[in-house]
Amino acid sequence: MAQRAALRRKQTTFRWVVVGLVMAFFALPMVAAFEFTIRARGAEGGYDAKTWQTLLDFGTLAESYPDLAKGIVASLLLAVVTVVIMLVLLVPTMTWVRLRLPGMSRLVEFICLLPLTVPAIVLVVGLTPVYAWVIYLLSGATVWLSFAYVILVLPYAYRALDAGLRAIDVKTLSEAARSLGASWFTVMWRVVLPNLRTAVLSASFLSVALVLGEFTIANLFAYKNLQVAMYLLGKSDSKISVAVGLAALAFAFIILFAMSFVGSRRERKS
Amino acid sequence: MAELASPAPSPDPGPGAGRPRRRALGRLRPSGALAGLVPFFVYTTIFLIIPTLVVVVGAFLGPDGRPSLGSLAALGQPGFLKALTQSILLSAATAIGGAVVGALLAYAVSTAPKDGLLKRFVTSVCGVLAQFGGVALAFAFMASFGLGGLLVGWAKVVGLDLGSGIWLYQWDKGLMLVYLYFQIPLMLIVFLPAVEGLRPQWREASETLGGTTWTYWRRVAGPILMPPFVGATLLLFTNAFSAYATAAALVSQGSPLVPLQIASTFSSEVILGQENVGKAMAFSMVVVVAIVMALYTWIDKRASRWMQR
Amino acid sequence: MTTTAASSPGGVTGPGVAVELTELTRVYAGGVRALDGLTLHMAPGEFIALLGPSGCGKTTALRCLAGLEDPDSGSVVVGGRDLTHVPTNKRDMGMVFQAYSLFPHMTARQNVEFGLELRKQDKATRAKRAADMLDLVGLSKQADRFAHQMSGGQQQRVALARALAIEPQVLLLDEPLSALDAKVRTQLRDEIRRIQLEVGTTTLFVTHDQEEALAVADRVGVMNAGRLEQLAAPAELYSAPVSEFVADFVGVTNRVRAEVGDDGAHVWGGVVPLLPGSAGRGAAVLLVRPEAVVIEGGEANATVVSSSFLGGHGKVVTTTDDGDRVVVQVSNAEVTAHAPGDRVRLRPRGDRALAVAP
Repeated sequence: MAQRAALRRKQTTFRWVVVGLVMAFFALPMVAAFEFTIRARGAEGGYDAKTWQTLLDFGTLAESYPDLAKGIVASLLLAVVTVVIMLVLLVPTMTWVRLRLPGMSRLVEFICLLPLTVPAIVLVVGLTPVYAWVIYLLSGATVWLSFAYVILVLPYAYRALDAGLRAIDVKTLSEAARSLGASWFTVMWRVVLPNLRTAVLSASFLSVALVLGEFTIANLFAYKNLQVAMYLLGKSDSKISVAVGLAALAFAFIILFAMSFVGSRRERKS
Repeated sequence: MAELASPAPSPDPGPGAGRPRRRALGRLRPSGALAGLVPFFVYTTIFLIIPTLVVVVGAFLGPDGRPSLGSLAALGQPGFLKALTQSILLSAATAIGGAVVGALLAYAVSTAPKDGLLKRFVTSVCGVLAQFGGVALAFAFMASFGLGGLLVGWAKVVGLDLGSGIWLYQWDKGLMLVYLYFQIPLMLIVFLPAVEGLRPQWREASETLGGTTWTYWRRVAGPILMPPFVGATLLLFTNAFSAYATAAALVSQGSPLVPLQIASTFSSEVILGQENVGKAMAFSMVVVVAIVMALYTWIDKRASRWMQR
Repeated sequence: MTTTAASSPGGVTGPGVAVELTELTRVYAGGVRALDGLTLHMAPGEFIALLGPSGCGKTTALRCLAGLEDPDSGSVVVGGRDLTHVPTNKRDMGMVFQAYSLFPHMTARQNVEFGLELRKQDKATRAKRAADMLDLVGLSKQADRFAHQMSGGQQQRVALARALAIEPQVLLLDEPLSALDAKVRTQLRDEIRRIQLEVGTTTLFVTHDQEEALAVADRVGVMNAGRLEQLAAPAELYSAPVSEFVADFVGVTNRVRAEVGDDGAHVWGGVVPLLPGSAGRGAAVLLVRPEAVVIEGGEANATVVSSSFLGGHGKVVTTTDDGDRVVVQVSNAEVTAHAPGDRVRLRPRGDRALAVAP
């Protein structure tokens, strides 16, 4: 009788076995790395939480590991600036293309997805002369790395925003707003953006996660962001650098996990 | 750049110069509408198009800045060829391994309830590892398999002697293992939508027509999933091929992979004139990635045609 | 579409087989009783439509017959064989799903041939049979198209051809028309009936659209809360509903205050004979069809609210002096005669009706 039930049971077993095995595979080095960070210093062994205490107390951290603290601050600032530039650049452009220049959508999409074809390491090579000018015109401050980071997050942000724009009828919405006397700015700010909230949020979250994890460009241009500081610290104090790495991974996980709830609240019809 | 940045002059200035400024939607001259895209095009030109052109053009310039194939010829050096081969092998192996395991994981996750915690959890974990791993992942491995690492001890318990841990820093052993930690997750993220696109009606239709579970997989689900599977594997290949952070953090001696080779021409005391060799190497990477991505796009189009509503 | 109806294509199933669903019960996790002792017997070659609101268990019943769902108790017997524990792929059921059931990577022809391949038929036989089936549903020219190259209606035709190709014992149609637009729906509905009569396969058709059910089926079963409320020929279902639920679900019904006496229900000065199962003496609500009410001259007892054309006939909406809203079906000529606010007299035509407790 229960052949359906048997199939479902089989699927459930398969699911838990596969998910369990793969998750265990993923967890192994994390667990081992965690164990490494709580090992007590000194010959007699044992465990303590000193590394994590240092990490959680930003004051001490800034004192004992000034570069790391600077790196964390720099990365957070980079994340914010990157998100702002990305949104200011993409949201109006993509909305505008949908409203007025549907013929350009292919070109814009091509450009936005192009960074998938250009590895970060290649981008670094090509950006060298560009950044010579950035340093000359602006300054050598780390925050200008955001310009390059916007390019890195472009494909992901584009896809997130594109999905959001697909779900609403921008054209009708803005025609309605225009017919009621709204300016283009009002259309953008009061009509389009509120309807894109979820897409904007997920594009921003993705960008933050990517920026916090970025290493290649910062390292090769000799800027110190979180990842680079961690990398350099790894050579002198491996415990704290491993702990920072784990904390960063955990932080990114929390961001993405939270995002999965935000996104599904307004599921669009497929 | 100039022609992209400034809106093309309108062939027809339009009779509406004296009209009220507010117009109905769609009445603006095309050039006016195009002006809205100027910031985007200027930005991407400076930070994306120009760098790409720098690499492409630079690859065909000699040390003196004149057109030359010398830089490209430098790619024929055994050192670079070895790195290229190893890069391709590493990427291919981890792409295939990651694709197989990731596909299984994706199918397993797809059988879970749609908005359940399990799905959210696994997708988030994979999102982190796929996009964010890099240096942190490399460090986690060094801590686990380094001197006195926990996993070395555990491996000993099951009778595996991991020795000195040198293997962790070799491209065809440790690096391959570490790469799987972002390849499998990426596969899940890329492949899950395809698996979830399988409609229950297809299984049921196959069954009512007399098919077994095996028939369903061999004749229906398998062929439907093949294009997205191949496409995702290609994507994984380019992902591994482009990866730099993990390799840089793990490998401290030599440059066994192309990204490391590029980085070395870039950061160390460059012999004068070597910088265009770096561009040539970067160019070769772009070529490989572009070929694979073109293939991917072609396959993806085929696949999404089937998946249409 | 004109097919050579006389020469039944490719030697389709002869007379169909009998189906007996007995005391089927299915309780979902969470305690929902999708089927609550459903018993349904189908005669060989019969076309039965299961009709009911969503969640009434009609689809569950069909899926139990297909073997896609296991009943918790009860039995499924087809052609004298107990199939209750037989897996779906050994049941020989042709099934057409709501939508999107065509294999997307196969052409129409390959879809139709799929079941035949599984039955190890040789290539020539398969090709012949597939061609015949596509011809039967009028899609010979689209044989090499993929699902995404066909309209929704065409996809459902291919699905029907695929289901019929294996000469199934029973044809199962799970709301096959619900995803189509109105015009295609009626067209395909009539075609399904034509094809079913031609091949003679016993057919179970599940739908929530009463018009569809009444139009195609030999008998219609109205389901409610996991049980069969009434199983009858369409005309009987309409004119002699056994319960308020059936009367409400099938067709339009006026609810009118009435007084039940020995000779029937008294309403608007007339007497209406009662259907079996009606309420006993005393105040009651009478369920009257719009065409069973007549507007005539005389002492007015109602006021016209609106009147409208509906194509072939018209309707007048009135409010009686008792406060009941009554829809009356009238001829087109009568529509213009009744303006809103007019006082009219309503009279029962005298058709048998169901009286229920108020």
